[in-house]
Amino acid sequence: MMHGFPIFPPAASTTAHQVDALFTGLLIMTVFFSGLIFFCITFFAIRYREGSKASRANARSEHLPLELAWMIIPLGISFVFYVWASTLFAKMHVAPPDATEIYVVGKQWMWKIQHQQGNREINELHVPAGRPVKLIMTSQDVIHSFFVPAFRIKQDVLPGRYSTEWFQATTPGVYHFFCSQFCGTSHASMIGDVIVMEPSQYERWLAGESTGTPMASSGEQLFRQFGCATCHQANNTGRGPSLVGLMGSRVALEGGGAVVADREYVQESILNPAAKIVRGYRPLMPVFRNQLTADQVSQLIEYIRSLGGSPVAAEGSTQ
Amino acid sequence: MSPHSITTHDHYLNAGYGVRSWLLTTDHKRIAILYMISITFFFFIGGFFAFLMRMELLTPDGDLVSAETYNKLFSMHGITMVWFFLIPSIPSVLGNFLVPLMVGARDLAFPRLNLLSWYIYVAGGLFTLAAMIFGGVDTGWTFYTPFSSTYAHSNVIPVVIGIFILGFSSILTALNFIVTIHTMRAPGLTWFRLPLFIWAMYATSIILVLATPVLAITLAMLGVERIFGVGLFDPALGGDPLLFQHLFWFYSHPAVYIMILPAMGVVSEVITCFARKKVFGYKFMAFSLLAIASVGFLVWGHHMFVSGQSAYAGMVFSALSFIVAIPSAVKVFNWAATLYKGSISYHTPVLYGFGFIGLFTIGGLTGLFLASIAVDVHVHDTYFVIAHFHYIMVGGAVMGYLGGIHYWWPKMTGRLYPEGWAKFAALVLFVGFNLTFFPQFILGYLGMPRRYHVYPPEFQVLNVLSSAGATILGIGYLIPFVYLIWSLRHGKNAGANPWRASGLEWQTTSPPPVNNFEETPVVTGEPYTYAEEESPGG
Repeated sequence: MMHGFPIFPPAASTTAHQVDALFTGLLIMTVFFSGLIFFCITFFAIRYREGSKASRANARSEHLPLELAWMIIPLGISFVFYVWASTLFAKMHVAPPDATEIYVVGKQWMWKIQHQQGNREINELHVPAGRPVKLIMTSQDVIHSFFVPAFRIKQDVLPGRYSTEWFQATTPGVYHFFCSQFCGTSHASMIGDVIVMEPSQYERWLAGESTGTPMASSGEQLFRQFGCATCHQANNTGRGPSLVGLMGSRVALEGGGAVVADREYVQESILNPAAKIVRGYRPLMPVFRNQLTADQVSQLIEYIRSLGGSPVAAEGSTQ
Repeated sequence: MSPHSITTHDHYLNAGYGVRSWLLTTDHKRIAILYMISITFFFFIGGFFAFLMRMELLTPDGDLVSAETYNKLFSMHGITMVWFFLIPSIPSVLGNFLVPLMVGARDLAFPRLNLLSWYIYVAGGLFTLAAMIFGGVDTGWTFYTPFSSTYAHSNVIPVVIGIFILGFSSILTALNFIVTIHTMRAPGLTWFRLPLFIWAMYATSIILVLATPVLAITLAMLGVERIFGVGLFDPALGGDPLLFQHLFWFYSHPAVYIMILPAMGVVSEVITCFARKKVFGYKFMAFSLLAIASVGFLVWGHHMFVSGQSAYAGMVFSALSFIVAIPSAVKVFNWAATLYKGSISYHTPVLYGFGFIGLFTIGGLTGLFLASIAVDVHVHDTYFVIAHFHYIMVGGAVMGYLGGIHYWWPKMTGRLYPEGWAKFAALVLFVGFNLTFFPQFILGYLGMPRRYHVYPPEFQVLNVLSSAGATILGIGYLIPFVYLIWSLRHGKNAGANPWRASGLEWQTTSPPPVNNFEETPVVTGEPYTYAEEESPGG
């Protein structure tokens, strides 16, 4: 942690220093141009004050080359910063394929976190240092936003869809996370800590804390409990399509068109099945909107994923 | 008759004294005064909300007001300041007063519509005020769905109706300006002889006419979802929450230019007058206003970089946001160049002009941080954004408004204000403003989110600095309020043209007669013809 009077928050992810470098670049540009303007105004205001002896000969009120210069130079500088910022953003946006996936649900006013192995936390997120982590986030009510200043990342969390953000923490420690999208009365209490641990320590934590079942197993249990298996049979003989190998595949739809089966599609098909009907099937499935929590939907998705397919590919193709 | 009397000629202020003569007036100058009183009222209400917020933020704990009250305070601060003060400020007060005078006309094209626009403003204002007093609203001024449409329990619908009503007042004023500028210019007053303030009003009016209906549609859609449960924005009803954000920012980003373009117009008038020199690059100044107004319609997506909008859309909006900064840069450089080889005297309006240029430059350059998408991911929805847009809206638009009020006050009232107090107040405002908002840039980069009434203790020092600055800023606003009212009775007689300025509005008496000009003026040359040897101020 910094002491005294910090300007930068702790930087604890692989991209944090790169964001700080870009910020510093912009800061230097800002200081230069505002300094130039302040200097010109102060200098002119004194030198050309009313009654001063300075020569006013050949004063002009237009000068085309000058006008072009102060359009083209700022445009060039803007272009440099645009390219710098956009390439860095692209890097920050696309998660490495081997990232550990952790589910996050935002609801008024707490963060619920589920690890693949079944560990659940509220307003705390344990992650390993030195490994990419991808958060798969959805909201149960209004829009929230998951903001970790020490990692320089933020992403809005929306109801009805999955958004993602990723980071690779570098330094073990405890860092704030905040909800940064106003979400109602206790918005300011929707905060927590990211606890970055050495990988070995993280493995111990996962094993030690684990009282629940892995997400996919919980999903399988739900799959049976809600009678999904009656129609969605593995051998494709049921009234609904088989879900084996669904994730990441292209699904032809009734009424033409096709969709790549990503998390959002599966979520929508569970909560509001009539929205998209698989070609060759009839709209028979009941609506599960008010019967399943966001956590349970995520568990079902993990179960369906465990039946084969790759949601990473699916997400890449829709963004 | 006292030595300070200005009743020696007939003018719009002594043309009638009864309440009816004001409430039923169609004189653009009187309507400007009605607007000035109304928006000043709302400014102090909005300022009071801000004062309570800053007091709450003195400590990390929520000890002054509850979370719910705090949420209502920042929502109502934003709503009041944006719609009931900033958007009408320069156009409805100075624009109303000056557009006919500057183009050499007797009034605006539609004087009755002009009065109607004020009544609509008052109706919308009182409706919203009542909704705030009887419960308030806690959605933020941005009304993001589905929170506002489904989850909020406060007076969302009444406030939205108030803003919906208010929009028509903006549209009527803008329509009036566009028609007046097109059809009622004095003989010889060609487009490139118009003062830049008129160009600014023209560009602003175009935005108002094109963008305000989109706000009305968006708010109506919000109302339909909230009242009837029609799924437009809430995914639980089959809607799309990002659709709301796209529609809202399609209005609300151009709305920022509605606030800043008029201030740019004021500053151009003031700088050129007190430098005794024609504004540098007149045509570039005029076209940059139009460029900002047009490109400003294409950058709304920069409010949505982390919203879930596609990454490619984000990159396009990022590029356009860099481009919209160029005409602003052109303006700043041209103002600075106007001072070169001028003959500069330091009266109150030019202090506001210098203050505007400095603060707008910082506000504009920090906008580039936000256009840089990788930095925006970190600072979006933090105090960095709050600081940035207050540099534009307060440091820019409010400084421009106050500068304009000080510049044209002698014309509007026939009186001079006490110059010493006025300079002192300008200085207090400048210091108070920077102390309030500069620390917020740092707070934001450190990661303090906006709209938090409690915060981690490491943010306290900067918050205390900001609250201290807000106190100074508050005092700074009260000083002009007192001496301007004082000057109405006790100020020195200003004469027709105390600054020896060149515009048509200065060629008539102060205060102007009801019909503005004894004879229709004829324009024979370019604007801003300042000879060096003349000096402003008596």
